[in-house]
Amino acid sequence: MTTFVLNRRNLLAAGGSVLATGVSGLFLPARAQGLAPTPSMSGGSNNYRKGAPTVDRIGKGGFWMSGTVRRAGDGAPLANQRIQIWAHTIEGQEHEPQSHGATLTDKNGVFRLEMPQIIPIFGQPHGHLAYDSGEFETVFLRPVMRSAKETSLEAHFVLQPA
Amino acid sequence: MRLAKVTLIWVALVAAICVPIAVAALSPLLAWRGPVYILAGFAGIIALGLVLVQPLLIAGYLPGLPGYRGRRAHHWIGGALAVAVVVHVAGLWFTSPPDMIDALLFTSPTPFSPFGVIAMWAIFAVALLAALRRRLGLRTWRIAHMSLAVVIVVGSVVHGMLVEGTMETMSKAALCALVLAATIKVMVDLRVWRMRTRRR
Repeated sequence: MTTFVLNRRNLLAAGGSVLATGVSGLFLPARAQGLAPTPSMSGGSNNYRKGAPTVDRIGKGGFWMSGTVRRAGDGAPLANQRIQIWAHTIEGQEHEPQSHGATLTDKNGVFRLEMPQIIPIFGQPHGHLAYDSGEFETVFLRPVMRSAKETSLEAHFVLQPA
Repeated sequence: MRLAKVTLIWVALVAAICVPIAVAALSPLLAWRGPVYILAGFAGIIALGLVLVQPLLIAGYLPGLPGYRGRRAHHWIGGALAVAVVVHVAGLWFTSPPDMIDALLFTSPTPFSPFGVIAMWAIFAVALLAALRRRLGLRTWRIAHMSLAVVIVVGSVVHGMLVEGTMETMSKAALCALVLAATIKVMVDLRVWRMRTRRR
């Protein structure tokens, strides 16, 4: 018969192994299950408008929002995915229709949309992006510019099938 | 007090508060903001200025407002501070309801929001306690007010410094430094931690 003795040595060994698996799991998600999906950011969906039109450029442009869309797990680039973009810019506030637009990813899963210069709103210069086409889980991102003077911003999506 | 010194103190105080407001009024960001958002922003700046006046008044440092008159003014400015905070929050709510709701629920992605919201509740708590202070007893009231005053000052300063808005960085930092300095000086001078009854 095996008896489980709860002494200091066993506790340390058990605790250590739990810690080792848990911590390595945090740092190495790719090894276990491939590329992890991007979670939505808090506040990412604020002032979202459903069904923003696909446009060549939002307003007069001058600022570039770009990024990539990949599939969770194998990280394969996803082509023709619709990404919606909106922000408080020199041409309008976040909630206003003219501040919203959408674009599609190319065959490499890359998207790039010109839009008016983003300016600080609610204390931070930031943009909003959404993937909400349904084929994959919806994701809302809210990247922050390192400086309000920057003229581009990036956001990257890793989507998991819905 | 010599007239020159009196004038100097008042000019310095008015400058400490009005220069940051004037510089913010020149901010290019204002061109892309609606009137309600602009009002909300300036209500916040004015509130920060009032936080500077409060310790100076209660300690009787301002010429012409010693003792009882200083305390009366402190009560009125305290009320004005609560009103300014209400205007600040209401204006921001009107400008972007989801962002304000996130802030109030402590789910906002912006690091400055919880500091502002905590300072807001501390200001409202002081206003409420001030209305009830005769029932609280002097000792309880002073402990509560001094603790909340520290929360208000620290919360307001951190909130203000982290916000990227219409305030210009140097004038904002100077005002925040004065708020901290005035608060520390008054707390040391009045030896608030000893909880003696106030000098008359």
